[in-house]
Amino acid sequence: MPESWIDFIPTLLEGAKITVTVAILATLLAVVTAFASGLMSLSRLRLIRRISSIYVEVFRGTSLLVQLFWLYFALPFAGIELPKLLAAVLAVGLNFGAYGSEVVRSAILAVPKGQWEAAIALNMTPWQRMSYIILPQAALRMLPPFGNLLVELIKSTSLVYFITMADLTYQAMVLRNNYISWTSEILLLLLLMYLVMTSLVSFGIRVWERKWSEGRM
Amino acid sequence: MWDWNYALEILPELLIALRMTVIATLLGFLSAVIVGLLLALAIRSRWVWLRLTAKGFNGFIRNTPLLVQVFFIYYSLPMMTGISLPAFYAGILGLGLHYSTYLSEVYRSGIEAVPRGQWEAATALNYTKLDTWRSVILPQAIPPIIPVLGNYLIVMFKETPILSAITLVELLLTAKNIVSESFRVFEPYTLVGLLFLAISYPSSLLVRRLEKRMNLQRGK
Repeated sequence: MPESWIDFIPTLLEGAKITVTVAILATLLAVVTAFASGLMSLSRLRLIRRISSIYVEVFRGTSLLVQLFWLYFALPFAGIELPKLLAAVLAVGLNFGAYGSEVVRSAILAVPKGQWEAAIALNMTPWQRMSYIILPQAALRMLPPFGNLLVELIKSTSLVYFITMADLTYQAMVLRNNYISWTSEILLLLLLMYLVMTSLVSFGIRVWERKWSEGRM
Repeated sequence: MWDWNYALEILPELLIALRMTVIATLLGFLSAVIVGLLLALAIRSRWVWLRLTAKGFNGFIRNTPLLVQVFFIYYSLPMMTGISLPAFYAGILGLGLHYSTYLSEVYRSGIEAVPRGQWEAATALNYTKLDTWRSVILPQAIPPIIPVLGNYLIVMFKETPILSAITLVELLLTAKNIVSESFRVFEPYTLVGLLFLAISYPSSLLVRRLEKRMNLQRGK
């Protein structure tokens, strides 16, 4: 029997490791797909724009938890068996990549037209134009909405509990099963640990944003 | 891999569960709309303690997962207060409270967009505080945010599967139950995804159209 709520912390920290791992890997995947899909949505070719919009609509239109279930439980019946971590990272990463795609797209469109024209006037290639002129300015605009999405992403990693991955929420629910009378302490501790993680991340993003925008806006 | 007969056989059961999902979404949204407005007003209040409490509540709810909040309402609340809610109401309460904090931000943006002159005019006409809100500020603050509220309604609809964790029998849990009886996994989960898409995609197009039309009306 635990003597105080402090005894729960080591087990919860074990779970927090998994939560952080999933969050980091999913964030990487989400950023890559957000940029890929966001840039594709601005392509001149209709087919490429179509692919991007189908990706965005499918992943935003179905629920994240349903996607996770589908990847982990249904896909093996189509002959593709994914390990838990991969299924979790794919579901969360692709889902938030779809939301991020819109952020990238609107930030790029918000760069003033004169900047595009100036780059063309200087005879820059489309690649140079994007990487030296447009993206550096768009990136600053992306930071606040990306920060919000990141908080949502960390919160949504709790859904991997459903595929019995031993994340923070899962560990807490196992503890709760063993010590039912401590339910409230365990769940409050769990809420608090998520609060600490998300608060740290949004604080970090705000500092980053301030540093980045110095002398620019 | 895909058996149409089987898919058609389970479809009616899933559609019944879809009704449950929609009802839970609408009730959750209704509570979020009400609590969100109260929160937005509390955050603007002159009383410091009320303001701080509302802000603290907002920050706490927004920065912790809905899943854990729902667990807390379902498992801890009965132990702490003796009030035991059935899964359905616990789920609606969790969903409603979680999104009320998001909606309070939406209300805030709507209220702040009302020009200062409107407040001054209401003061000049000797309106009471309640009348100012009721007949001057809110009628101008709310219509522009209706599309955003619509978007949140769709977001909430997609979050309802989380409520299956406390045994609220919505779409996903129904599919799970079907799976555990038949051991056929592919069709139920795929159908659930398609049903979500079939509702949320047309709704989001509708919201987009509404947004465009309202922007036209306001001459943007």
